[in-house]
Amino acid sequence: MLYRETGQFKRNYAADQQLFPIFQDKILLAAILVVALAIIPFVINDYWSKAILLPFMVYALVALGLNILVGYCGQISLGTGGFMAVGAYSSYKLCTAFPELNLIFVILFSGGCTAAVGVLFGLPSLRIKGFYLAVATLAAQFFLIWMFNKVPWFYNYEMSQITAPPREVFGFLVSGPQAEPAAQYLFVLGFIIVFTWIALNLVRGRVGRSWMSIRDMDIAAELLGIRPLQTKLLAFAVSSFYIGMGGAIIFHIWLGTVEATEAFDILQSFFVLFAIIIGGLGSVLGSFLGAAFMALMPVGLKVVLVDWIGMVPVTAKHIEFMLVGSLIIFFLIKEPHGLARMWQIAKEKLRLWPFPY
Amino acid sequence: MRLSKASIAIAAAGVIAGAAWAETARADYDSYTVPNLVYRTGAYAPNGIPLANGFIDYFNMLNERDGGVEGIKVDVVECETGYNTKVSVECYENLKNEGQSGALVFNPHSTGVTYALIPKASEDKIPILSMGYGRTSAADGTVFPYIFNFPATYWSQASAFVKYVGEKEGGMENLKGKKIALVFHNSAYGKEPIKTLETLGAKYGFELMLLPVDHPGQEQKATWLQVRRGKPDWIFMWGWGVMNQVAIKEAAAIRFPMDKFIGVWWSGSENDVAPAGPAANGYLAGTMHAPGSNFKALEEIKTHVYAKGNGAGEEARVGEVLYNRGMLEAIFTAEAMRNAIKIHGTKDIRGEHVRDGFEAIDLKEADFDRLGLKNFMKPIKITCENHEGDGPIAIQQWDAAAGKWNIVSEWIEPMHDVVRALVKEDAAAYAKENNITPRSCS
Repeated sequence: MLYRETGQFKRNYAADQQLFPIFQDKILLAAILVVALAIIPFVINDYWSKAILLPFMVYALVALGLNILVGYCGQISLGTGGFMAVGAYSSYKLCTAFPELNLIFVILFSGGCTAAVGVLFGLPSLRIKGFYLAVATLAAQFFLIWMFNKVPWFYNYEMSQITAPPREVFGFLVSGPQAEPAAQYLFVLGFIIVFTWIALNLVRGRVGRSWMSIRDMDIAAELLGIRPLQTKLLAFAVSSFYIGMGGAIIFHIWLGTVEATEAFDILQSFFVLFAIIIGGLGSVLGSFLGAAFMALMPVGLKVVLVDWIGMVPVTAKHIEFMLVGSLIIFFLIKEPHGLARMWQIAKEKLRLWPFPY
Repeated sequence: MRLSKASIAIAAAGVIAGAAWAETARADYDSYTVPNLVYRTGAYAPNGIPLANGFIDYFNMLNERDGGVEGIKVDVVECETGYNTKVSVECYENLKNEGQSGALVFNPHSTGVTYALIPKASEDKIPILSMGYGRTSAADGTVFPYIFNFPATYWSQASAFVKYVGEKEGGMENLKGKKIALVFHNSAYGKEPIKTLETLGAKYGFELMLLPVDHPGQEQKATWLQVRRGKPDWIFMWGWGVMNQVAIKEAAAIRFPMDKFIGVWWSGSENDVAPAGPAANGYLAGTMHAPGSNFKALEEIKTHVYAKGNGAGEEARVGEVLYNRGMLEAIFTAEAMRNAIKIHGTKDIRGEHVRDGFEAIDLKEADFDRLGLKNFMKPIKITCENHEGDGPIAIQQWDAAAGKWNIVSEWIEPMHDVVRALVKEDAAAYAKENNITPRSCS
């Protein structure tokens, strides 16, 4: 009833091929965009920006990147933290070497650097598969973090903890301590909107279909004429591009200072991998839902347990560990295909509601 | 862009309205908010717990005994970080406007977190007390007006260790040709002393051997194999958490002489030496204050807090090194708050006033007597330019049989001539990179 596409006729190819063909989806998307663009910027403060929205958006971007590789192309990667570090450190090098360069380009170029590194570490994927590939990418994680901590060139021969210099975009400070939360939020939101749109188009087009065919059965895909080398490396490149941008944004906008060993350690790789497994492998929406679950659940639990119930913070922390763990198990048992699948089921139900059969 | 301009305007209107409201509302505070970023979970919890307990117990004692600071209760709000920077940033943003006073001071309890909070806290006008840790060059108060790292920085401490070694070797000239190994936590924290030690190595002719240990430091076999091979004459350690215990056990296992093994003051607590048992006997560590529970302030904590069942930890652990250190943080904070009230003539203080209070810290022997801490530490004076103090540093030694630490050296004056030049240089580079004009202190 609420979600019924009956009567929504498509009269030409363009209408049939649009990103959101269903009217209700369009309304929902428009509502989200209105809230995100027209309401949140006016009410946002430091806490909402630094503790809730920026972490969510950054992890959504990174999860989207990893989902392209793992969910769509079927190549398991545990190198996410390392690739985020590549993004962060290349953006640091770029913006200190070229202080005039606009931060938008800094972030795009550092995505590019990460893509190159990702391709390099994606090369073994041609020979090794599954868990073995996971181990190979794990090597990338450890090597990259070790390198950023070891080689002083990457942190300009100063402290190994790099600090983001203040930068303006269109006359608004977006990095550095004086930046307004609204400016930072809108800056990151811009990236999210553009790159979500690109991802949506990528995964439903020729490229996405070739990724999925490699994922589903690589030999059959090869027989169909899909070249595994180019396809897999493209997936590594695009995925790393997103992850690198995420790392650069973490460094410049969210934290303002990072240290490779701490901000991008192996736990980050697991964190993002869990996010896409819980959110839904092979789903753009799932990346967002998973990032929201992983990034916001602990904060939400803390607010409820400490600020509302008045629990001792350390007890709350232990309960949070247990709750988050058991919720992950719960969701995986209840719906192994993730939160995105749950949303799909909910939509099916809404289609029949209130007359289910 | 119009959007964000309008949003800034609205935010500004909100701030003004909020300020006007706050002006009427804070005619008189009911309580002061002193947040504390703690870690009672994770790989650093063994050290984090006593540190946090000492801090909260002291303020609870003040609340019980004097009704708080100058008659206003102090609300210590803990936030559990697990030594994680991202969580700490969330904690900071969550707590900075807490209560009527807003956060009066932050204790990050991690060098990495201190680095992350320095720019933001300076902007929000909230002082950071990174007592004996954090960014060394923050000792320059002209560039870092809101950051305090007294009673001494890592660089000062490294130079004091070199002086101690020189003394034990029978003169600084005997350092020539000696080999000193630095076992360090492979992070911004652990790397802090390297620059100073390299400078001093060039000056006195000793060889420096760098041995990084990765977080969390449970696996150090390779490091100590290198020690066996390299045969250093002395070992310095910049460790924290589990890493300390493992290093001391490994050193004992290769029979390295413990009285030539000096830990930074974050590597010298009971938790660090206890797991190695009798083998840790003789291990040395830097310290800024006396160990033990033989102080009136600690007695008062026991009577006013523990006797009433309000203690944060076990009573038997009151007086441990890190407990005393947590208490010392609280004492400096309370003194800074008192100074701020005195300087500004109001009890309605905020972070920026407490900053002035920190810069007015001038504790003499008599003041420590008043605080119930006779012979606890050396007098300390903080000024507008110097946020480090003059920090004499003592060396304490572990007596495994008695199960306690004893101070075994004189109070060593750091090599201010070497260290201050490095501080000036680093602070100037930071100011240039971040477009900060150093303020004038005269």
